Amino acid sequence: MSSRWTWRLVALPGVAWLSVFFLVSFYAVVSVALGNQDTLSQPVPFWNPLDWNVGYLGSVLSNIWHGGQFLTVFVRTVAFVALALGLSLLIGYPVAYFAARHAGKWRGLVLLGLILPFWINYLMRMLAWINLLSADGWGTRVLHDLGIERVFLALGLLSSRGGWLDGQSSTVVLALVYGYIPFLILPLYAALDRIDERQIEAARDLGASRFSAFRRVTLPLSVPGILAGTVLVALPMFGDYYTPDLVSASTSTNMIGNQIDQFTRQGSEKVSGAVLTLLLALVLLGLMFYYLRTTRRAGAEAAE
Amino acid sequence: MSWLRNPWGRPRVLGLMTVLYILWSVTPVAIAILFAFNNGRSRTTWQGFSFKWFTGSVGSVFHDPALQGALKHTLLLAAICVALATPLGVSLALGLQRWRGRGGGTVNTLMLFPLVTPEIVMGVALLLLFLRVFPGIGLGTEAQVIGQVTFTLSYVVVMVRARLVSIGREYEEAAADLGAPPRDQLFRVLLPLLAPAIIASAAITFALSIDDFVVTQYLSSDASTTTVSMLLYSSARGAPTPALNAIATVALLITLATLALAFLVYRRFAGGRDATAVAALEV
Repeated sequence: MSSRWTWRLVALPGVAWLSVFFLVSFYAVVSVALGNQDTLSQPVPFWNPLDWNVGYLGSVLSNIWHGGQFLTVFVRTVAFVALALGLSLLIGYPVAYFAARHAGKWRGLVLLGLILPFWINYLMRMLAWINLLSADGWGTRVLHDLGIERVFLALGLLSSRGGWLDGQSSTVVLALVYGYIPFLILPLYAALDRIDERQIEAARDLGASRFSAFRRVTLPLSVPGILAGTVLVALPMFGDYYTPDLVSASTSTNMIGNQIDQFTRQGSEKVSGAVLTLLLALVLLGLMFYYLRTTRRAGAEAAE
Repeated sequence: MSWLRNPWGRPRVLGLMTVLYILWSVTPVAIAILFAFNNGRSRTTWQGFSFKWFTGSVGSVFHDPALQGALKHTLLLAAICVALATPLGVSLALGLQRWRGRGGGTVNTLMLFPLVTPEIVMGVALLLLFLRVFPGIGLGTEAQVIGQVTFTLSYVVVMVRARLVSIGREYEEAAADLGAPPRDQLFRVLLPLLAPAIIASAAITFALSIDDFVVTQYLSSDASTTTVSMLLYSSARGAPTPALNAIATVALLITLATLALAFLVYRRFAGGRDATAVAALEV
């Protein structure tokens, strides 16, 4: 098997598949976004870059520039994702830290608990909360009895008693946390697990308190893991539409994914939908490259 | 009570947080499974234990045509997806690992991109592809299979390549030194060594296909191409019966059984360390 072309030939079917169904399909988004639509408002893609029509892109950009509906949705998406990521880190970091450093003989069981949600259908996990948070659900009752409902009402995070599923932004953010946190905890766990314990012991031997050893050794060493995990979870969150659909079902909590979904799959504004998809992909491209680069570097270091 | 004076010194607070977190993440699903066995129409009030939403004669998973159709279509897609993605992924992994010269890095990046692309971007892209470039294929089962293979392929490649790295080249070189022709090096040495990774990646592809929602929804055509995930999405906010919980439970059991089987096979043939990595799917 020495010929350099043999192995390229072995790779060829997979490369061809990805070229057609990933690269060409993405080019279809570009061609539709920079194309036109016919009288039945079906998209007419312009495949030749020389023909590209920036009219639809221009009107979406001008809507954003002038503070229109798309800007509102875009800002809301960023706010929801940022809040959900912040809460996920607050909950996830201590849990990952415990699992990596202190779980001891319970480590296997704790890991099983952390991995299990990974393999439960996301929509089933949302269905579970819809059952719990419906007007007469067990969760609604518990939140009422514990006084949490009253706190949320007082803070303006809930607009009516028992109305958790009636278009509440707070419910959407909490559902995003619940949905994506397992995907954040595992990279955090891996990063904390990789830290050489001797470095922390050295800090303690040199007189650092437990807390300052954590703050000045463990935390800085886990920053790459925090960033990689956060990016890994941020990417699908930015493209989410089903979580707001399921736990809110109101346009007042529309994220960018909902707008795209309503334009492309459900509706007949596929050109504007393609423009929004293109803009979303361009905004996220930097994050994708960042993640791929850091994981490749980590992989190269592990292989050494 | 030393931990009161220095709560961060002992891990008790962290331990409590971890226990609460795991309870919070698992209990809602456990309650949803419990209500699949409710002897009544409510998904919020317990009315006694029953199998009627699984096997009953009216509106149960095994007798309601819509539920049964969704379950069958989900399994059909998963089976075809495994049959296509596994060989494609294994050969791409082998080719990439032994790629010499230019182009390898570009192909590698192309292969990794589906793993980080938000699913809605892939969904819209494939929808437009099948509407405008391949109207002959159109939307429906074929498109759903193609969409699922496109994003599961990368998982197969990543897992098989990890195994290739841990095997090293010694076995092949030994076979070559002993005079084995290239074909025997591949089929009688390398592929048997890769078998655990191939089986594990097939199982993970199966599970990913069953749990997939966005791409499958975007490429669906009519009611006959509805999957369990799509059914959960479309009926969860309506007035469904516990049969919805029941069908979700059946799909969950199939997923977990497949993965548990793959984990055991992998641990048996490839050792514990790699098996944990597969379970955690550190991509």
